[in-house]
Amino acid sequence: MTSVSVLLFARYADLLGASRVDVPVGDAGTIDMIVRYLRGLPGGAALPERPFVVVNQEQVDPDYRLRVGDEVALLPPMAGG
Amino acid sequence: MRLTADPIDLEPLMKAALRPDRGGLAIFVGTVRDHHAGRTVRELEYSAYHPMAEAKLADIVAEAESRWSVTVVLRHRLGLLAIGETAVAVVVAGGHRDEAFAACRYVIEELKRRVPIWKRERYTDGSEAWVDPTAPGGVASMGTAGSVE
Repeated sequence: MTSVSVLLFARYADLLGASRVDVPVGDAGTIDMIVRYLRGLPGGAALPERPFVVVNQEQVDPDYRLRVGDEVALLPPMAGG
Repeated sequence: MRLTADPIDLEPLMKAALRPDRGGLAIFVGTVRDHHAGRTVRELEYSAYHPMAEAKLADIVAEAESRWSVTVVLRHRLGLLAIGETAVAVVVAGGHRDEAFAACRYVIEELKRRVPIWKRERYTDGSEAWVDPTAPGGVASMGTAGSVE
């Protein structure tokens, strides 16, 4: 795996000015690596250090190792209803 | 599909939930409030992580229907909403009122907690903010590119 496409929503998408960011992670990339990369982008410093991250719609820990085909998304605090 | 861009009409939802053996109907309707955190709201916009939100809503409905003897019909609006419009409707038909009320409460609370839906408020003074129930004051600092917290 060379890069993973990360979905951003709501305020996080506003912060980075994109709803999808391709993150170069190499083999055996982790969620923590993705978050650190995003926080280094313009506007990304305002992202939390440990945002709520889901892979294939399920919550994962920062040390989760990515697999080919994973759908990664960073979710701001939910505000439905 | 439980997420909709169209206005929510309660009548068809009630018809869908009712059955001859369900005598109690509990309904929760959430509408757009004209104020939040001391500011006057002009309109608001809902967005979602669509496939995950649909899946979580389906989970929550299934949980309620397995825990109580009820039928749950639910809609959540997305897009731009004016003050007073219905944002969410939870219609629960049960054999009796106790289970209908309990299941209705369960569904709306779990929806708020687990379903990836977000709302951006636009105020009468022209400013906007993302609603953040976890933030002091209930809104996040404005999320424009390049902003610093």
